[in-house]
Amino acid sequence: MSETKTLVDLQHARKSFGDNEVLKDISIKVEKGEVLAIIGPSGGGKSTLLRCCTLLETLDGGSLSFGDCVVSRDEDGCAVYGDKATLARARTHFGLVFQNFNLFPHYTVMKNLIDAPITVQKTPKEDAVKKAFELLKKMGLEGKENMVPCELSGGQQQRVAIARALMLDPDVLFFDEPTSALDPELTKGVLRVIRSLAEEHMTMVIVTHEMKFARDVADHVIFMDGGVIVEQGLAKDVIDNPQHERTRSFLYNEE
Amino acid sequence: MDIVTMLNDFGAMYLGLDGKLTLVMLLTRMGGGLIVTFQIFFITLIGSLPLGVLIALGRMSKIKPLAWLMRLYISFMRGTPLMLQLMAIYFIPYYLFGVKLSFLDIGPYDLGPIHIEIGWVMTACCIGFILNYAAYFAEIYRGGIQSIPRGQYEAAEVLGYTNGQTFMRIVLPQVIKRILPAMGNEVITLVKDTSLAFVLALAEMFTVVKQIVASEVSMVPFILAALVYWGLTMLAEFALSRIEKHYAYYHD
Repeated sequence: MSETKTLVDLQHARKSFGDNEVLKDISIKVEKGEVLAIIGPSGGGKSTLLRCCTLLETLDGGSLSFGDCVVSRDEDGCAVYGDKATLARARTHFGLVFQNFNLFPHYTVMKNLIDAPITVQKTPKEDAVKKAFELLKKMGLEGKENMVPCELSGGQQQRVAIARALMLDPDVLFFDEPTSALDPELTKGVLRVIRSLAEEHMTMVIVTHEMKFARDVADHVIFMDGGVIVEQGLAKDVIDNPQHERTRSFLYNEE
Repeated sequence: MDIVTMLNDFGAMYLGLDGKLTLVMLLTRMGGGLIVTFQIFFITLIGSLPLGVLIALGRMSKIKPLAWLMRLYISFMRGTPLMLQLMAIYFIPYYLFGVKLSFLDIGPYDLGPIHIEIGWVMTACCIGFILNYAAYFAEIYRGGIQSIPRGQYEAAEVLGYTNGQTFMRIVLPQVIKRILPAMGNEVITLVKDTSLAFVLALAEMFTVVKQIVASEVSMVPFILAALVYWGLTMLAEFALSRIEKHYAYYHD
C-alpha cells in the first residue's frame, strides 16, 4: 500500500586508489525505512563504499543521489559531481557515525550536539537544547550533558556521536563499523540504541562485523569482497543460508 | 626617613652607587625604558600571533606558488639575524624612497612622566619583531594544525560545517591547547629579545641600561636589568601556566 521511496541511489560506482581498484561497479539502493547491513572481510571495499556515499571520497565513475538531490552523474564512465551548493544540500540528507566516534574533544556533550544545528542550520538555541535533551534521554545519557568526551566510556562516546548525527534530522544514517573500537560489553549498549532506531524505522546503512546483529536488525545484507558485491539479499537468507562459497567461508570459517 | 632616601642609602652602601647616580635615579630611568619594552612586547604579540596563522595557512595551501613563497619567507626570517632585520627595516624608507629618517622620527609622546614611543624607530622595530616572530609562530601553528586527526575534519564536513567554520570552531581551539608549551618558549624568548631594539637606539630598558653603564662605569645596572628580565619571564611563565590550566578541562 505505501509506496517505497528510494533515499540513496548509487549506480555503477567505481573507485581506485592508484592501481588498486577498490570498488568495481557497485550499485546499491536504500529504501525509506530500510536497514541495510554491509558485511565482508577487511579491505573488501565496505568502508570506501560508505565514504563515497558520505562524500568523504569522490567516485571515479558512477552516479549517486539522495532522493531528488543528484550528487554525481555518470558521463561516459566518469562521475561528474554537482557544485558546492548541491553537495552541501546532499549533506543535509545523511548522517555518519564513525568507528572512532570523532567527537569534538574540546566541546561538552551538549555543545557537541547543538553546535552543528546552531552553526550550520541556524536552529534557535533553545530548540536545539530541547532536542539534545530528548536525544540524550533516548541514548541513555541523561545527566552527561556537561561532561566532555574524555570523561565518557567508548560506548557512551559512540552514543553521543549517534545523537550528534540525529540532531540534524538525517533521512538516512550511515554507520562505519560503529562497535569495532569497543569491547563486547560496551558494544551491547550501542547496538541496543541502533536496534531501537531500527524499530522506529530509521533508514540506516551499517557496515559491521556483528553478524548476529546484522541478521536480527537488518532487512537486507550485502556481502562485499574484492570490490564487488558477492552476494546480497534478505538478511536471514544471506547469513543463515549463504549461496556463494566465498560468503560461506567468510561467515563460517570454512576452507 | 622616606623611601627615596632609604633606597638611595641602600644603593650607596651595598651597590657602590656614588652621589652622582642614586639608586632611585637609576630605577626611574630603567622604569622609563621598561614601558618601551612592554610596548614592543605586546605590539609584537598582537601583530605576530594572527599573522602567524595566515602564514601557516599559506604554507599549507594547495596553491603551490603561495606555499613556496611562505616557505621562502619562513626560511629567510628564521635564517637571518633579527638584529639585521631590524636595521634593514629601519633603513628601508631612506634607501628605497630617499626619505630622511630624522623627518620620520616624531619622538616620544609624553603622558605625564611616561614616555610612549610613537616614531619611526618604534614602528620599524615593531614591524621587524612582528615579521620575525610570525615566521616562528607559523611553524608552531603548522605543527599543531597537522597534529589534529583527519577524523575531526571529516566529522565537521559530514555535519555540514564550512571550511572556515571547521577551522575556527573545531581545529583552532584544539591547536591552541596543543601548541601552548611551544608558544611559551617563544613568548619567553621575546621578553629578552626586546633588548635587540638597542641597535636602533630605541630607548627600551636594555638601551637605557647600556647607556648608564657606559656613562657611570658601573655594572650594577646590568645586574638589575638581568633581575628585571628574569622577573618578567617569570610573569610570562605564570600567565602561560594559567592559560594551560584553562585548557586542562579535556584531553584527547
